[in-house]
Amino acid sequence: MALDHRAALAVVIPDLDVTLERGRLRSFAAAVGDEDPVHHDVEAARAAGHPDVLAMPTFLFSLELEHPDPFGYLDPLGVDLRGVLHGEQSFTFHAPLHAGETVTVRSRITEAYAKNARMDFLVKHTDVLRGDELVGESDSLIVIRQVAA
Amino acid sequence: MSALTEAGADLTPGTELPPLEVGPISRTTLALFAGASGDHNPIHVDLDVARSAGLDDVFAHGMLSMAYLGRLLTGWVPQHRVRTFGVRFVAITPVLARPTCHGTVREVVGDLVTLDLAVQLEDGTTTLTGSAVVDLTEGSP
Repeated sequence: MALDHRAALAVVIPDLDVTLERGRLRSFAAAVGDEDPVHHDVEAARAAGHPDVLAMPTFLFSLELEHPDPFGYLDPLGVDLRGVLHGEQSFTFHAPLHAGETVTVRSRITEAYAKNARMDFLVKHTDVLRGDELVGESDSLIVIRQVAA
Repeated sequence: MSALTEAGADLTPGTELPPLEVGPISRTTLALFAGASGDHNPIHVDLDVARSAGLDDVFAHGMLSMAYLGRLLTGWVPQHRVRTFGVRFVAITPVLARPTCHGTVREVVGDLVTLDLAVQLEDGTTTLTGSAVVDLTEGSP
């Protein structure tokens, strides 16, 4: 069944408030092998001008995954998750994020189009807000392939 | 920081950043990244699930390779200077791969440097391509 592009653009993804946890930011940096102390040590972060441990840039994407069901918005569209691929990812950074801060993650589908009869593309745009301040933006190109039942 | 101040004066198109070699990407790394990143898709950590999907083995998260590219950037300039950063995922990264991250200056316009980015495996496979814009203006984080 072809993806209903109009329905995809009308999908409502609820806002999510996320508090950045110091241990989580450390774990992320450790998992990707980054030993820069600004991602691990509070005193080192403060010495570098940060209020607390600095989040790595691509942690922005992890904020979106804090949704209890991060791909739940695809359910009403009848998408089979086995056919979903992350095709592209981009970020615009406006301000650094630190442990202890709470941000609002606000996502919407901004584009929906077909590449061919068996492949559709969605663009999911996410604004990350700290209060009223836009601190980061994330765009994901989501590839949806038709999966044989 | 000093790396940029020294390099910034003579940045021209074609200038290459020092490459970043990582890996081998172990199953432990994939498990730790799954937990830390919040990407719990079992295809990256559970061999049974990977096999049920017709694969021989698990494979690395695309966002893990993007994080390595992020390290290439923030190892070169302080993080607050990175304005935009985008990638296309073009090939799967197998478990135990040793990716190398590359960055090359595409253009310099005023204080803004546009970089072309790529991640390659030992066999020459390109797994990610992308670009970033870095602002050379001095400023606090």
